[in-house]
Amino acid sequence: MLRGLGKLTWLEIKIFVREPMGLIGSVLIPVMMFLVLGRTFGPRLREATSLVAVQMQVGLPVFVAVFIAISAVLSLVAIISIYRESGILKRLRATPINPVTILVTHVLVKLVLTAVTVLVMVILGRRYYPAGTDIPLFAFTVALLLSTWSILSTGFIIASLVRTARFAPPLGSLVLYMMLPFCGLFLPVDSLPPVTQAISTVLPLTYAVSLLSGIWQGNPWSAHLDDIAALVVVFILCTFVASRVFRWE
Amino acid sequence: MTPDMTAPPVVRVTSIRKTYGQTVAVDDVSFSVEPGEIFGLIGPNGAGKTTTMECVEGLRRPDRGQIEVLGFDPIRDGRRLQPLIGVQLQEAQLQKRIKVWEAVDLWATLYDTVLDGNRLLDQLGLRDKREAWFMNLSGGQKQRLFIALALINQPELVFLDELTTGLDPQARHAIWELVRSIRDRGQTVFLTTHLMEEAERLCDRVAIIEHGRIVDHDTPAGLVDKHCPERTVLVSTTHEDAATRFAQLPSVDTVTEDNDRHTIRGRGDNLVTEVIHCLSAHNIRVSEFRTEQPTLEDVFLTLTGHSIRD
Repeated sequence: MLRGLGKLTWLEIKIFVREPMGLIGSVLIPVMMFLVLGRTFGPRLREATSLVAVQMQVGLPVFVAVFIAISAVLSLVAIISIYRESGILKRLRATPINPVTILVTHVLVKLVLTAVTVLVMVILGRRYYPAGTDIPLFAFTVALLLSTWSILSTGFIIASLVRTARFAPPLGSLVLYMMLPFCGLFLPVDSLPPVTQAISTVLPLTYAVSLLSGIWQGNPWSAHLDDIAALVVVFILCTFVASRVFRWE
Repeated sequence: MTPDMTAPPVVRVTSIRKTYGQTVAVDDVSFSVEPGEIFGLIGPNGAGKTTTMECVEGLRRPDRGQIEVLGFDPIRDGRRLQPLIGVQLQEAQLQKRIKVWEAVDLWATLYDTVLDGNRLLDQLGLRDKREAWFMNLSGGQKQRLFIALALINQPELVFLDELTTGLDPQARHAIWELVRSIRDRGQTVFLTTHLMEEAERLCDRVAIIEHGRIVDHDTPAGLVDKHCPERTVLVSTTHEDAATRFAQLPSVDTVTEDNDRHTIRGRGDNLVTEVIHCLSAHNIRVSEFRTEQPTLEDVFLTLTGHSIRD
């Protein structure tokens, strides 16, 4: 049904890697951020009694993970707007390709890049999390992919609303970074004022942060069924809205 | 190869209308494209050429009217029609860093019946560019790649929208040869252009569109004969009676003299023969002899009252 999906996805990954700026933004910067923060706070992380250690062992990976997810969404918004503006989407539409294939392709590309970024981060950042520390890496990666997949659907709405490729990345950044103070990344949602808490309950990022921190701390998946459900609902809702407002040209 | 006028038309457009908000882009447009011909929709920029073509391709839905392409409704039966047509869009792009062979390879996976991609690239003169990124191709190379993509599925009908716009004359002539070879393989070509020379040299039949309406359609020669029957012969001679002799010829309307240069205007196919016969009969020695034929450009001027470049 989705003819050409495999070929187009592989092709888009190759094309993405040929663009140095995209690679720097999506992979290198999150990894660098992790390494710089890890080096800064690293020594204190090993002292289990330190308050910083308790905070950072949960905070840093989740912080970087959210950053990776946001980079993926911003990159999607930029690519979709550029593809629309330069007529690439229109040209593909004039073939038997299923339009869904094109969208699924870009989601897959972003998920692959997200996984690669996590992998690079783990390999390069090993020394800040010494061997023996029990880190649920696989589960954490799955949680990040699920979160990214859900937030990507908001990217399609942003990409549909912006008319020109030039304004897509700034608007996307504005929308996504505005979510950060409300999503429990810096302060626990419980400690926020009631109005702010109300805002945070409608933001997909809140559930992503909750899921990511829980899984990182070793919680079982069953403890986060509400977060997973929320992320799936966000995906379904946003995909539905996006399919209504999406513009091919 | 001459168009087969007995078979049913490949494209039949009946009274379509398309508006964008308050703007009427296409109004009451009807025409048909016959099998095996190169049909051109010609007119200035903004006349409604691309809108009409994109309706026929199934990319836009007309507000009114019927379209039939190879027996299908392009909107309703789009899935069944897509494999039978090849499309080149005006101002389309590909991913900047996609390689030429990758684009052809991707397109080939989208269709059941496909040509050999490498041979196609050879035929289009892109053999050396197989590994090149799209962004590094010249304008002519990009258009040749788009032709390759439009031909990869061996379509019965090929759409070419403003194919040579922005190309230098040399590249343009090369592309014309390619388009002729498509027709000579038995495929039908439906193109748009605002270049009258291109239409005249390439098209078997043309429809002139202006302000969203078809003004007239016929073969280029037929349109010239119908709307611009005047012919002009320029003769330079020192012969004293020349002007008087020319004026007596049956097909001649006017003769003007500028020093030794005579401009003979008349109508009909006999004019040139009559002038030559007259020169020979009266032993008139000439130093220059030139005929001027009206072109589609003149037809456009006559039909619309302005030049296509205005």
